[in-house]
Parts: sequence; C-alpha cells; structure tokens
Amino acid sequence: MRRVYVVGVGLTKVSRHYDKGLKELFAEAAWKAIEDAGNVMPKALVVGNETSSSLQDQDNLGAYLADYGGLGRIPAFKVEAACGSGGTAFYVGFSLVASGLVDVVMVAGVEKLTDARSSTTTAALAKAAEAEYESFYGASFTSLNALLMHYYMKKYKVSHEELAEWPVMMHENASQNPYAQLRFKITKEQVITSRIIAYPLRLLDASPISDGAAAVIIASEDVAKKITDTPVLVAGVGMSTDKIYMAGREHLDRMVALINAAKQAYSMAKIEPRDLDVLEIHDAFSILGVMSLEDLGLAEKGKAVELLNEGRFHPGDKPTANPSGGLKARGHPVGATGVYQIAEIAMQLRGDFPGVKVSNAEIGLASNIGGVGTSITVTILRR
Amino acid sequence: MIYPARIWRERHAHYRLVGVKCKKCGAVHYPPRPVCDKCGSRELEEIELPRKGKLISYAILHDPPTGYRDQAPLIIGIIELENGVRVLASLTDVNEKELKIGMEVEAVLRRINRKEEYGVIPYALKFRPIMI
Repeated sequence: MRRVYVVGVGLTKVSRHYDKGLKELFAEAAWKAIEDAGNVMPKALVVGNETSSSLQDQDNLGAYLADYGGLGRIPAFKVEAACGSGGTAFYVGFSLVASGLVDVVMVAGVEKLTDARSSTTTAALAKAAEAEYESFYGASFTSLNALLMHYYMKKYKVSHEELAEWPVMMHENASQNPYAQLRFKITKEQVITSRIIAYPLRLLDASPISDGAAAVIIASEDVAKKITDTPVLVAGVGMSTDKIYMAGREHLDRMVALINAAKQAYSMAKIEPRDLDVLEIHDAFSILGVMSLEDLGLAEKGKAVELLNEGRFHPGDKPTANPSGGLKARGHPVGATGVYQIAEIAMQLRGDFPGVKVSNAEIGLASNIGGVGTSITVTILRR
Repeated sequence: MIYPARIWRERHAHYRLVGVKCKKCGAVHYPPRPVCDKCGSRELEEIELPRKGKLISYAILHDPPTGYRDQAPLIIGIIELENGVRVLASLTDVNEKELKIGMEVEAVLRRINRKEEYGVIPYALKFRPIMI
C-alpha cells in the first residue's frame, strides 16, 4: 500500500447559506482546496453527502459537482453513510490513492439542509435509522440519541448538569473558529433549561441544522513532496459498522463500531490513544461526544463526564477535544462533517488552524459517525 | 413510506412480535433475520416473543414527526422482554409523569400513525403499563 498525504484543504463557513446551494458550496470549498494544494488538479472526486436525493432532488452527485466545479471529465461519485458520509468518502478516497489507482484525489463533503422546513429536514435525517422498525414507530433521529443518553445517565448516575460541560466547552471553542456556525458562549444553566427536543435531550445538547462544504486533496508520496513543504501523512484509517436496529445491540452504553474502527486505525498508525494531541470527534449530541471519548480509549467507561468536569480534554490538555467547536457548535452539515474534521486536524498539524490552536500537535484523530453508532470511520493524521 | 405491500411483508413481526431463534446457538433475534448475529448459522426458526417486559430507556417527543403529531407527547421506549430480547416501541395509555425506567409493560395492538397516502392505516404493537 502506498503512503497517502493530505496536501490541501478548503472549507466554507458552516451556516444557513440561503444564497448558496449544493453546487455553489462545493465549488467554493473545492477551489480553496486546489489553491491550498498549489493548484494541483485532482484526477478523481469522491463526494460525501447524505441528503441530496431527499432534500435537493439530486442524485448522480459525482458528475453534477465535477462538472459544475470545472474539474473536468474525471471519475466522480457519491459515497453515502448517513452523517458518516464524509469520513467514509475519505476512507474510499484514501484507498484509491493507497492502491496506486489514482495519484491525486479530491475528497469533498457537501450538504444543503436549510432550504426545506425543519420537519422535512428531520424526516430526511431519520432515514439513517431502520425504516421499518424504528422510524415506523415514530422514532426521530433525536429520540434514538435521547434513548442512549437516558440509558447512560441512569446507568452511570450522571446528571444533565454534569453532561452539559460538553456543549459549554464546544461553544467556547467555536467562539474562536471563523468557520463555525454558533460562535457564542453558553452556560450549563442555559443547557439544562433549553427547550426539550426529546426528553431528556434538550436543544443545547444537539448540533444545529447546517449547510456547508469541505474538501481535502490527498496525494501519493511522490506527488505530495513536489507540491508542498507541509504534507500531512494519513497514518491510519479504520471503519466498522454495527447492527442498525439499536435496541437489538448487546451494549447500549458504547459504540462497538467506534471501538473497532479505532482499533484498526491505531494499529495501522502504530500509536496508542495516549499519543494523540488533538481530536475532532462526532458530537451530534452531547452523549455521543462523551461516549466517543470512552470508546476511543481516552476515558474509562462511565468516567468521561467526570474527567471533562475536571478540565480534561479542554484547550491546553492532551488530547484537546474538538478545538473547532465540534458538531455541536462548529455545526453539522451532515455528509460534509467528516471532511471538515479531517481538514481541521490537518490544519492543526500544519499549525494554521484559525481558531483554538493545539500547539506543536503531531498526531490527530477524526472520528465520524453515521446513524446512531452504525457506520463509523476513524482517521489518524500525522505531521 | 408506508406502502401496503411493505406493511404486509412485515406483518408477523409488527402484529404478533414474531422474531427468530437460532437452531444452533439458541440466540433470539428481533426483527427476524436470515443469519444468526451470534454464530453465523442460517438455520433459524420463527418464534413469538413474550409480550411482557420492562422499560429500560425512554424518550419523550413533544414535537413528533409528521403523521405522529396527534400522539404528542409521543413516548419512545426500549423494552427488555421477559426472555431478554430488546425491542423499540412507542408507549401508550401512560401519563408521562408515571414513566419510570424499570417499569413493567405489556404489548397491545394499536394504530401507529396517520400517514394514509397509500390508503392504509398501519397497526403494530405498542406497550402499556401492566394492568393488574
């Protein structure tokens, strides 16, 4: 397998972009990435996206975006794994370069969620769950996460106030990130008194509905060394899936797919969890942030909330979790999120992330979740 | 989409709580599946699951999805049946103040939603507190 490097990144601000659709968002991020990579043109495009079909009536996204973006008649296709589409697209793009088939690949994530009214958008997002045995019963995506949260809080005797440390930290980090959607600070009191979405889960436990696009350009070693002095090595990748019917899983307090994917990525990168300097992890809801810390091997099961409240994982700590503000406050343009995370980690390692910086970061990890813990990728980058 | 044929295909699981039991290792699965998740065997037989169990987690939706709004607040639960199999279902005939993790519940056939685009009113099992 060939070594693969990230040689360019490009992001749009995560926002409600009333003036931009899928194609405009994509083109903005794509050309920023191409310029960042010294104007090298990708020879293939892999697009992560979840809802173009249900919310924008657009299938055939690879050809649609490669054409509009002016990338030429290159191979291009969409990869879909719900909110994990971006990370999964990267996993596919990585294998195109690693295998020797293509030398330079653009992995992009793009999502346009805000045109539709929110009930339509939440119905589109609910398609990540089991249609006949979850959605059929009226379970929204948020309510499935609320079930996990309730179970975890009861089992480990964690109060909502303690758990609220996660979104408070995320908003604080996002307040310094120019690409973030929610750039304001919040308090624990605001979290635990915010509107109930699906009891016990409240508005400020949830990521916002977002539009955005992110692109990274990855290349083989010989190409990478020619075009940049700061190539970032893709040191490890991993992916795993889990039973989609959540109630039928053996454990409701952990994500087995994350444990598996992390194990693969750690072993490929030849590192231990304690070697990590910076993380971008998938906190679509507060509970997923804390469960991820545990399942990545950074906290004992049931202890992540306690550690967070002691100041662990905050800026200055090793590892720092979600200096971008995470899905919670950077925003969550679902199929693009995984690519944002990888671009943010690459910038942290290069030292040019424009928000909370992790100084001298050498090794970073991105984890991206599709469904309620069903399709998970872990990507480890190294300076 | 609630297509009539789709409802019909899944009727045994939705109406009678039919799952499958592995003939090799004895594991019981719901919903039914062709391959045992535990041992990989493809020899499974249909069985009806117990209709009683206890609530192990729940969420209360004050703004349920379209088609379910008349049931607000909609309560979604995970129920551990008497044989240990877990299912997801909504709860009925219960005041949200009475809800408690650990409470005993039983299955009852009810209308699931109001989506009538294809001319069917879907029914399936919901769970309610056990009436003594």
